[in-house]
Amino acid sequence: MNITLFVPCYIDACYPKVGQSVVEILERLGHTIDCPREITCCGQPSFNSGYWDETREVAVKVLDRLKDAEVVVIISGSCGAMVKNFYPELFKGRPEEAAALALSEKVYEFSDFLVTKLGVTDLGARFPHKVTFHDGCHGRRELGIKAQPRALMAQVKGLELIEMEEAETCCGFGGTFSAKFPSVSSAMGEGKIASALETEAEYIVSNDSSCLMHQQGLIDRQNKPIKTIHLAEVLNHR
Amino acid sequence: MSTTPAAAEFKKEAAVITRDLRHRAVIRGALKKYEVVRDDKKARFQNWQQARYLASDIKWDAVNHLDTYLAEFAKNLEARGGKVHWASDAAQAREIILGIVKEKNAKAIVKSKVMTGEEIHINEALEEAGYEVVESDLGEYICQLRKEAPYHFVFPAMHLTRGEISQTFTKELGSAPTNSPEELTMIARRVLREKYIKADIGISGANFAIAETGMISITENEGNARLTCALPKTHIALMGIEKLLPKLSDLALFLPMLGTAGCGQLLTGYNTMYGGPKQPGEADGPEEFHVVLLDNRRTDLLASSEQRDALQCMRCGACLNVCPIYKNIGGHTYGTTYQGPIGSVITPHLRNLQEFKHLVFCSSLCGACTEACPVKIDLHHHLLQSRRDAIAEKAVWWERLTFKACAVIFNHAWVFSLGEKLGRIGQIFHPLIKNTPLDPARAWTASRELPKVAPQTFREWWSHRK
Ligand code: SF4
Repeated sequence: MNITLFVPCYIDACYPKVGQSVVEILERLGHTIDCPREITCCGQPSFNSGYWDETREVAVKVLDRLKDAEVVVIISGSCGAMVKNFYPELFKGRPEEAAALALSEKVYEFSDFLVTKLGVTDLGARFPHKVTFHDGCHGRRELGIKAQPRALMAQVKGLELIEMEEAETCCGFGGTFSAKFPSVSSAMGEGKIASALETEAEYIVSNDSSCLMHQQGLIDRQNKPIKTIHLAEVLNHR
Repeated sequence: MSTTPAAAEFKKEAAVITRDLRHRAVIRGALKKYEVVRDDKKARFQNWQQARYLASDIKWDAVNHLDTYLAEFAKNLEARGGKVHWASDAAQAREIILGIVKEKNAKAIVKSKVMTGEEIHINEALEEAGYEVVESDLGEYICQLRKEAPYHFVFPAMHLTRGEISQTFTKELGSAPTNSPEELTMIARRVLREKYIKADIGISGANFAIAETGMISITENEGNARLTCALPKTHIALMGIEKLLPKLSDLALFLPMLGTAGCGQLLTGYNTMYGGPKQPGEADGPEEFHVVLLDNRRTDLLASSEQRDALQCMRCGACLNVCPIYKNIGGHTYGTTYQGPIGSVITPHLRNLQEFKHLVFCSSLCGACTEACPVKIDLHHHLLQSRRDAIAEKAVWWERLTFKACAVIFNHAWVFSLGEKLGRIGQIFHPLIKNTPLDPARAWTASRELPKVAPQTFREWWSHRK
């Protein structure tokens, strides 16, 4: 399959290993990967802040640049939800609506793509650690992703998954919300990390780097004894 | 964000209460218990998700044909001697109620829980006119003694521990300190029973109004609403116009849903229908029965094709109970009658979008509310739409400029890469200003570490690899 990879802006800048892991995993499965240089961001920050005109300026380019793709894989539930669910909303009643709907059809979040589209769960990975999983809200509630990452983790040798009580509770990132209401956002994150710590896991794993960025930021500031890692890195570990 | 006084107050209070670890523990403890019983009762539905679809369909029909159902309700109620009053706003509703109270020459008024009463500030109006009003719902009564607004529209005193309630009773009622919930209930009950007997007016709300029969349905656990509605000579029920259900049989679905979502009970302790004053030959009941139907800008919300479903709300509070914002900032910080996600959705419509837009922005859009809502109101997406509307009405100049600049950056890969390079240089010097007033990222760095731009970005890796 010819897969077009959408690497979100913050993964490109701060978490390149996540993108590299996805490329390596998909190539090992025999697929051809393309990462169009011109695709940088889905426009979610301005969208969630209410600036839909500015968002459309970014989104029309994304629509155009992905129009010929066979299938698009996005390494984030949040950006995935933006393109899959909110682009059609953003362009409702506009000339680009058809293109937005067409793109929506062929966009997958990474773990969903592996399990639902490719039907693969065993990637031959080994990760001998105790982990707990954070369900990113957009992946979980906008895209309905819950079983997919767990099916993948179940096949990782040595990995022990201990579910935390607050697995589905928001970690408080919420994009620009985290800067507009830092005290609320941080309190939410503290609750999340406290729940993760209760499991005594070594890692918080998630399929969304943006949530992990927030959690890691708090963990570092408060010196909490836990680390964060993206699911793709776990799946690429041998 | 341009800041209104309401927004400034909200932010200030939020900053304090989010650091209050005691508050955090009390709310979490209370809601943990709720979650367990709620899930247990949800599991007893044959299919909770199907039930949600059905409930949403029934309410959607009711909301979209409100004119017909309201007329049917009024006709049926009046046929049994009930009086129906139409109040287009809070002032008119207060006038109507005060008018009845004056006409009856009332001495004492007892009230069961009525959120619309908070909405129109009826207690203040009655007290100002010289009447004594007593809340008969235990939680509301505690709040009244403490001169506090309800913390939660289903559990008004959820933020208080038994010790604090006991202290309040000792201070206000002179009772001996106790830690037993039964004793605390008995203390309140003794005082309240006296009030019921003296009261000549009872004011209640309504959980549902049935068009087919012209009756209102009230759900409660303490039996206080029954006394409020049945003992005094005059009963006034105040309710929003959206409370309508078409048929009596709809309650077969809505009563268990409200009990389950609201407090984890398959059915609440008392579910009563009130259909008018005492009929000829009946031994009990009020001599007069008034229903005040309140619009107070609900019709504005009805006019919004996008957010009209918010009128389906039955005020079960389930969205508050799962909301991580509510759990962290608590009910009082909102400064509104209706707290939590539904409050953030409807307050901008019922009051003013610009004044309350901070509520629509104070959300991570996690969607836990929408997932919990038994009548499937698209709560978190409505917050998103209201953000769009707030900005379309009145953008913040520097935000618009920033997002315009971002659009240029994101649309030109080379500018984006340049930005990353600058970020890499910037982060060398950032520690010098980190978390100081000079730090442009201070909103983040005050409580969190920033991620680092990697020595080699993904795109750099990709182009080297090819
Ligand atoms: S919005 Fe839904 S969950 Fe929230 S109070 Fe209303 S009915 Fe209950």
